Amino acid sequence: MSMSTNQYLQQDDRLQIGNHCLTSRLILGSGKYHSFETMQQSLVAAGTECVTIAVRRERLHDSSGRNILDFLDPHRYILLPNTAGCYDAETAVRCARMGREILKGLENPGADWVKLEVLGDSRTLLPDPIETLKATEILVAAGFQVLCYTSDDPIIARRLKDAGATSVMPAGSPIGSGLGILNHNSLQIILDDLKRDDPLYPVIVDAGVGTASDAAIAMELGFDAVLMNSAIAQAKDPVGMGLAMSLGVQAGRLAYQSGRIKKSRYAVASSPEVGVITRKTV
Amino acid sequence: MSINQTQTISILVNGEVIHVGHDCRIIELLGQLKIYSQAIAIELNQEILPADRFNIQRLESGDTLEIVTLVGGG
Repeated sequence: MSMSTNQYLQQDDRLQIGNHCLTSRLILGSGKYHSFETMQQSLVAAGTECVTIAVRRERLHDSSGRNILDFLDPHRYILLPNTAGCYDAETAVRCARMGREILKGLENPGADWVKLEVLGDSRTLLPDPIETLKATEILVAAGFQVLCYTSDDPIIARRLKDAGATSVMPAGSPIGSGLGILNHNSLQIILDDLKRDDPLYPVIVDAGVGTASDAAIAMELGFDAVLMNSAIAQAKDPVGMGLAMSLGVQAGRLAYQSGRIKKSRYAVASSPEVGVITRKTV
Repeated sequence: MSINQTQTISILVNGEVIHVGHDCRIIELLGQLKIYSQAIAIELNQEILPADRFNIQRLESGDTLEIVTLVGGG
């Protein structure tokens, strides 16, 4: 009897991130879509439950017009406000507090967490590790569950966890680059280190994914989830890519749980080596 | 809008100078700016102003406000 993916995937394989329990291990951004309608359809195709959003100044002269929340039901999705675009701890903390205030007003459960992003450079959009750590300490003390965007440096990843980050989220490659997972070894070290004696600690790949195989590789390495935006929003068919990413994440998760075979430099025959018929000899 | 110049004060909203009536409340400022969304947060002089204060809080000359909302982002 054949077994469908849904039947085989462990029913209780849920991801706990702080107070939040997710069934889907694909977290999506809501930026850069050509239209709100496409975003809405892509989120459904991807089967995500958690969507990141940004906090920005209200337009003072043209604030009417369509609001993203008309297409992003706060009663359906757990929203994850980010501090994208902040370059110092103080600004990031202010941004986080304002995001929390808005989500409290919307009665969305995402009011108690934040995707902390403190950038160090506008060209690479790499994080400023010192400001990120500083902001993490302030936000944790203020009661936030902090999901930290960070680089592939295992040492700063450890420092962020020690500072009380609810999840550490190293980039696979620069934001929006689509380069995939560039430094498997460092990311594996981060996983080994943060999960040692704490296997359920959530570690998430945030940024850099380009296509479904990148998402699968992240999950095969042992990451708990993948967070992405551009790879879906900027795809030729964002709805199709949303579904592809969902399948990639599920395939990678299942492969990780099922355990890959050891790598070997030489071939290892799949068929028995004994009993092979031979050439007829006189 | 006709506001008596002798009774206006200047405040800074999202980095822009805005003139409002003397004793203007936050809720009146939002009306003047045509901001009707519920999905906003306001920081008054770098302190979060809870939404239940919008009807009460009056503005003073030189106040600095940030009025933010949610937009798409990753």
